[in-house]
Amino acid sequence: MEPARFLGPSLALSAILFTLGVAGVLLRRNAIILFMCIELMLNAVNLTFVALAQVYGVEGWIMVFFVMTVAAAEAAVGLAIILAIFRHRQSVDLANINLLQG
Amino acid sequence: MEAIVFYIFATAAVLGGVMCILQRSPVASALWLMSTMFSLAALYVLLGAELIGAFQVLVYVGAVLVLFLFVVMLLNLGQRSNDLRGPSGIAAALVIAGLLGIELLALWRYSPRRLAAEVAQGPAMMDAAAAFPAGQAMRQAAAHNVVQSVAEPLFRTYLIPFEITSVLLLAALVGAVVLAKRRI
Repeated sequence: MEPARFLGPSLALSAILFTLGVAGVLLRRNAIILFMCIELMLNAVNLTFVALAQVYGVEGWIMVFFVMTVAAAEAAVGLAIILAIFRHRQSVDLANINLLQG
Repeated sequence: MEAIVFYIFATAAVLGGVMCILQRSPVASALWLMSTMFSLAALYVLLGAELIGAFQVLVYVGAVLVLFLFVVMLLNLGQRSNDLRGPSGIAAALVIAGLLGIELLALWRYSPRRLAAEVAQGPAMMDAAAAFPAGQAMRQAAAHNVVQSVAEPLFRTYLIPFEITSVLLLAALVGAVVLAKRRI
């Protein structure tokens, strides 16, 4: 078996997915979709880790576990913040959220 | 055969990502993101990381996306106004994302052998062939049990980051409750 299958295509796919995530963050103003795009970027990074783990060993998989944990924590805290802001402003549009102190 | 399966799932992942950022409704967006994550789980299996594929389905699809859907339905976002930015914002976003994409796509040409060769050409710090033994780590992992080969470094070399992760999860838990609760 060839040691590293689909290495180049996997890295290219993760590049495309990361770019899509960045484009989504820049294009949309809905805070929830913004968070989904951040999840998309984290997934792209995970794909890079898994693809390169074929060459450099299982440390890549362990990094994926850490990224998943951080992503889950980030989603929980971020969505709680969105909930609090929505209760205050009745909107999740970033155009209406322009003050740190509400 | 495997290449065909790979490209099918890769196409599905990209399609899901594109639809995720173009859909107007957050629920549709979340469902497209879900299809992207399932495709990525399939790709992880193809890349020899069955364990990560299972965790992808359990953690991302089962927990994170369900959390997103809960929040979307909790917020009851009523009318679907167009939340894309204005024309100048769209142009700027496409330029920035396009430049980033072109830079990242250079990774397509990446190969460990070429990296080893480039390292070898530079000022010699260490033996490049020893630094990048192609596939050796995965062969060792395949010789053992997969879970064992992940658990051993996780609970030995990476024990302290692992424990810090548990503290992070606790902090996120408490923080989310404090933030989302109306009155404590």
